[in-house]
Amino acid sequence: MTDLPVTDVKAALKPPRNQWLDVWDQFRTHKGALVGLVIFIAIVAAVVIGPFLWRIDPTYVDPNPVNMLKLRNQGPSLARPFGTDQLGRDMLARMMAGGKVSIAVGLTAMALSLFLGTLIGVLAGFFRRLDGPLMSLTDLFLSLPLLPLLLLMVTLFRDSLSQALGVETGIFLLIVTAIAVTSWMHTARIVRGEVLALKEREFVLAARSIGTPSRRLVLRHVLPNVMSPIMVSATLGIANAIITESALSFLGLGFPPDFPTWGRILFDAVDQMQLYPLRVILPGVAISLVVLSVNYIGDGLRDALDPRIRGR
Amino acid sequence: MLDAASGPGRRKLVEVDGLKMYFPITAGIFRTRVGDVKAVDDVTFDIYEGETLGLVGESGCGKSTCGRAVLRLYTPTAGSVRIDGREIATLDQKDLRGLRPTMQMVFQDPQASLNPRMTVAAIIGEPLSEHTDLTRAEKLARIYELMDAVGLNRNFANRYPHEFSGGQRQRIGIARALALNPKFIVCDEPIAALDVSIQAQVVNLLEELQDRLGLTYLFISHDLSMVRHIADRVAVMYLGRIVELAPRDALYQQPLHPYTQALLSAVPEPDPEVETERRRIILTGDVPSPSNPPMGCNFCTRCPRVMDLCRREKPAFRELAPGHMAACHLYNDTNETVGPATATEASQSIQQGE
Repeated sequence: MTDLPVTDVKAALKPPRNQWLDVWDQFRTHKGALVGLVIFIAIVAAVVIGPFLWRIDPTYVDPNPVNMLKLRNQGPSLARPFGTDQLGRDMLARMMAGGKVSIAVGLTAMALSLFLGTLIGVLAGFFRRLDGPLMSLTDLFLSLPLLPLLLLMVTLFRDSLSQALGVETGIFLLIVTAIAVTSWMHTARIVRGEVLALKEREFVLAARSIGTPSRRLVLRHVLPNVMSPIMVSATLGIANAIITESALSFLGLGFPPDFPTWGRILFDAVDQMQLYPLRVILPGVAISLVVLSVNYIGDGLRDALDPRIRGR
Repeated sequence: MLDAASGPGRRKLVEVDGLKMYFPITAGIFRTRVGDVKAVDDVTFDIYEGETLGLVGESGCGKSTCGRAVLRLYTPTAGSVRIDGREIATLDQKDLRGLRPTMQMVFQDPQASLNPRMTVAAIIGEPLSEHTDLTRAEKLARIYELMDAVGLNRNFANRYPHEFSGGQRQRIGIARALALNPKFIVCDEPIAALDVSIQAQVVNLLEELQDRLGLTYLFISHDLSMVRHIADRVAVMYLGRIVELAPRDALYQQPLHPYTQALLSAVPEPDPEVETERRRIILTGDVPSPSNPPMGCNFCTRCPRVMDLCRREKPAFRELAPGHMAACHLYNDTNETVGPATATEASQSIQQGE
């Protein structure tokens, strides 16, 4: 097919390239995704590395009441760039400590709920026998009143878990599981629908005629093709998880009151919102930035993962 | 059952006997079974090693289902399918997987039969990674070899299916089917989705591969002239049953079953003088529902030469001339009165058909 001399043909022949390089090439062309990625990495870096540079204990309250009264509700200054809160705790330190927890909860809960949703969706869509029971389960979970359920789970298991694993890890696991278990249903429904349509496509039949077992059929042919809706679910899921965690903290059922998370900081500041609006704006902006940047990253990734869009 | 044209020495590679493929119709809240769609109803044929059996019929007559059931992509309701001496209709999935390399399929729609998220190399390499332990380099070498065999540029290995034209996609599908050196390939309307110039390329490629690799094809198509070009023997299906099975030339020159006659009369002739002479046998009415086929012969509702017997009794599928089999009451030896009359009538309608 080529008119090149033999040596040139060998030279012109490129071995199959790693697909992830193509994905990255396409991802780079998506401006929004790049900006989102930079912002997200910056926030994560600030939250992870920041506490090593800004060495003020976020939970430190001056034991001397006079000092404490002097220190509280300060505006931004060089010594305290984000000011202090109503107990004189350093806001910058609290924002960093809170961000770590909030982002960790968001990402883990999203990953877990995505895993659950995809698993159930794929099983229900692919195996006809499981479809009925699994979809009834999904409907059951959808019909449950979520907030009371979350509250019940937290009250029931909080003490035993924090005794077994320590307050921080115990409650982290509890909240992540609680959020994941109550938010996988939409992903499952979307994935099931997509899988139902996909499994009738001829390329799945072709794979079957090759003798590909169901397990690899799902991994190789079905999952990559339901990537787009999963991505959308995932990016929305992070936002949802962070906000649910905030709500739980607000109700006093998340982490302990002195333990900072963005949701907690936000709700602590709501009382005095009109006097000190900065304390509401800071965590609010942080949450929105994370959610937005993750949304854009997801958008870019979805486009980059689709070979039909790639290269345009 | 032996085909005279193919000689007694040739081995049967595929033996299909009494194959039935029914799809249940369910209704009501308890999904009780209220009937069946008889997509393939008691089909019997053999394919000899190295030959091409053309399977023709109108849309919805069960050609594709038959092809898929022969490869056990569907589990048949009844009947036996033996490929290379092994019964596959009742084999469990694990043993079946071991036999997959001997039988492969080329699909109708090259767009739909290739995973849009996989590169050409990954698509052609899939059978290799499923059934062989080749190293990455060996696999790549084999993929290149296959791409050469079907006439694809090696540099296309990194591309995705959407970047190709229909003909090229079908070549990818053929390369995938060839990857494991199969003996038997079911071509499920491989050219129906292509335009005419590309059809010839793909068909020639299939023939060339057959000569070189000694492949056996079950070539499903509704394009009678293409089947005439590629097939050694032709089976005609109507409403889930084979009505006539004969060597190609015998079938095209002297079709016995009225349905085959009608079907052949619809093929346009390239010669304008012959074309003006051509008279179509126009069938009236619609194809009956495969869930509720007529009691006697399946074709009795539309047959231009229907007799009383046709509505009562299913005609047996039997050999009328050496290698030429048909299921029609017109050729009953016992039916003395009808016999001679229909014979002349038949020859007339053959002339019409030609």
